[in-house]
Amino acid sequence: MNDKKGPLFHVARRPHMVWYKAWGIRAIALILALIACAVITTLLTGLNPLDVYATMIKGNLSTPRRVWVLLQELSILLCISLGLAPAFKMKFWNIGGEGQVLVGCLATGAVMILLGDKVPGPVLMILMIVVSLAAGALWGAIPAFFKAKYNTNETLFTLMMNYVGTQLMAYFIIVWEVPKGSGKVGIINQASEAGWFPMIGHNKYLLNILIVAAVTVFMYIYMNYTKHGYEIAVVGESQNTARYVGINVKKVIIRTMCLSGAICGLTGLLLVAGTNHTITTSLAGGRGFTAVMVAWMAKFSPIGMIFTSFLIAFLSKGATEISTMFGLNQSFADILTGIIIFFIIGSEFFINYQIRRRSDGEKEA
Amino acid sequence: MKKIVAMALGAVMIASLAACGGSSSKPASTEAAQESAAAAESTDGGASGEAVDMSNMKVGFIFLHDENSTYDLNFINAAEAACKKLGMTEDQYMLKKNVPEGQECYDAAADLADAGCNIIFADSFGHEDFMIQAAKEFPDVQFCHATGTKAHTEGLDNYHNAFASIYEGRYLAGVAAGMKLNQMIEDGKITEDGAKMGYVGAYTYAEVISGYTSFYLGAKSVCPSVTMDVTFTGSWYDETAEKEAAHKLITDDGCVLISQHADSMGAPTECEDQGVPDVSYNGSTVDACPNTFIISSRINWEPYYEYAIKACAAGEKIDADWTGTLQTGSVEITEVNDKAAAPGTTEKLEEVKKALEDGSVHVFDTANFTVTKDDKTNVNATVDGSGKLTGYMADVDTDAEYKGDTEAVSDGYFHESEYRSAPYFDLQIDGIKLLDTKM
Repeated sequence: MNDKKGPLFHVARRPHMVWYKAWGIRAIALILALIACAVITTLLTGLNPLDVYATMIKGNLSTPRRVWVLLQELSILLCISLGLAPAFKMKFWNIGGEGQVLVGCLATGAVMILLGDKVPGPVLMILMIVVSLAAGALWGAIPAFFKAKYNTNETLFTLMMNYVGTQLMAYFIIVWEVPKGSGKVGIINQASEAGWFPMIGHNKYLLNILIVAAVTVFMYIYMNYTKHGYEIAVVGESQNTARYVGINVKKVIIRTMCLSGAICGLTGLLLVAGTNHTITTSLAGGRGFTAVMVAWMAKFSPIGMIFTSFLIAFLSKGATEISTMFGLNQSFADILTGIIIFFIIGSEFFINYQIRRRSDGEKEA
Repeated sequence: MKKIVAMALGAVMIASLAACGGSSSKPASTEAAQESAAAAESTDGGASGEAVDMSNMKVGFIFLHDENSTYDLNFINAAEAACKKLGMTEDQYMLKKNVPEGQECYDAAADLADAGCNIIFADSFGHEDFMIQAAKEFPDVQFCHATGTKAHTEGLDNYHNAFASIYEGRYLAGVAAGMKLNQMIEDGKITEDGAKMGYVGAYTYAEVISGYTSFYLGAKSVCPSVTMDVTFTGSWYDETAEKEAAHKLITDDGCVLISQHADSMGAPTECEDQGVPDVSYNGSTVDACPNTFIISSRINWEPYYEYAIKACAAGEKIDADWTGTLQTGSVEITEVNDKAAAPGTTEKLEEVKKALEDGSVHVFDTANFTVTKDDKTNVNATVDGSGKLTGYMADVDTDAEYKGDTEAVSDGYFHESEYRSAPYFDLQIDGIKLLDTKM
């Protein structure tokens, strides 16, 4: 091989691809992923892969309740992703979603426990909203302040804030535990339902879903059509450029992280006041990290995140159903989910880059 | 070119590694499942053979974790064994694993009810409120919750609690521990005053307090000079914390025998490393600890599952609180490991077991322990001049008040698990020292 000719294959950046081609590539990736999963399922378990896929779909859609649960799960994941997206777009690696959600949960729970029977319902609700948003915003602002002021590493800082949030939650659970010594709070205000979100009709989840829908619209506008959104994009592209055009980078970092944390705190409110009505250390359940992937896969577009969080929620509910129906370990279902996500993330490579043979520009091929 | 080949090679290697991992784990897990199924079958003793029509039954089970947790494995094995024993086919029961103690538990219960289950079980304490929520919504479905405390106050016809008199099993395990201490005293390895046991507990919860106190009283019944130190990890499962706690009890506090109420292998393996005798929980740890494992107690949930499913199928009422005992086969002790235990332990345990069953021995007999009362500890107790417990208002009804509401001492003993199935003995008795009460 001759050095002048260069390697046989080489990777080159693609010019912008039209949307239907990009989605075509993603669809092909999904089909390939399903084929790979089918082969692995048959080899390892001897089950008919079509049955497994049918079960996955049934697990999500076979009853109205399952559809609602899927939508609720989608909303929660989407809400956290909406919170993380502006920070990531600014290239501030906020992996503290977990902790920001948990302190939002804790703040909501605290108001419900301490003031549930002391203040009238509407006041209680306003307090819960304010306190949960503020707690989340604070949890986001602390690492942002240190990043802006002392250029600390925000990845480590937000990660550590997760542990602080979890331990804080664990501490207050012991303070408010019922019965004594059990390490559990149980359902808060079960009799009075003080501080519980009202049901719309007979539906427990609809209000949460509507709130997240509103947040999605808000974030779409905020990111695309406001000065703040533009500033975030500029800071993300180049801090020097931002400084040159007169953007106060420190201010943008802190402001954006307050917003990011506040939306995560709002998710905490939805989890405690809307559905769980209790506080545990596992309320966020790893979604603070899953949401990073949701946001990345959608390239931080709020509309795209609806699809990616749907995908993840669908896969995880389907995975649970597989393990229930076929008596398989949950880990097997997780393997399938992992394969599908691997293919989908992998497809982004082929959307952004192309592989060229050396023959380009030469006639021999 | 080289780079791409290297990358491709790397990818192939990773893929093959992943494939190996996947395929090798598979036979291991089926093997384990077969083993446990076999174990479950062999423990089936005499079953009451009344025929109840099971053809219309569908049963749902909710578990906090999966088979990797010893706590849940104990429930999963019992659930499968009970369903098989009742002649149910595989499509007649559904197991939902890894269900957290939150709204997910309600969703899972409601989903099982949607799927046509007539009776639904949950296994973890934190599931209780969500099971109650589901029970209110599905009055025609029976909801049974193990370890819960609220059935007797909720007043729902279709919501039930269950537990077992595991304190009797702990007591028996304590007797085995006491005999080991006696042997060590006789051999001159320790003095009478040096007979100090260590106990690794999870939370300062009544279930744990009842457990370690009955264990201590069992040991004291054969070795009067015994004392015990108790430490708490603040978690039901934390292998590192439990191992460290056992280490500290052995090396810093001079404990010569260890037992635990937490679900990991932390304490047993530390004992094996240090050559300190150990009384385990939730099942035998003899395979991992052949030189130090003495005995273990556990709750067998199969009798309860069988009872509740049968009652549901026959349209009979299920007890709001069901307490399994030694007689029902719910409280089990494992075989004694002769390599670690004192000679004659098996015979002695047989004798004490009989006495517990016929009621001639009560675990919490007030003649066998004394209580010190002050402003902070044992406030609900009434104690006479010699320190003997004469009365105790136990917190049987769960509420945020933590107030005693039921007199539990009568006829000379504390009536544990009689006014509700879950334990409520939470006294601090003399001879047991709490090293770190996490408040």
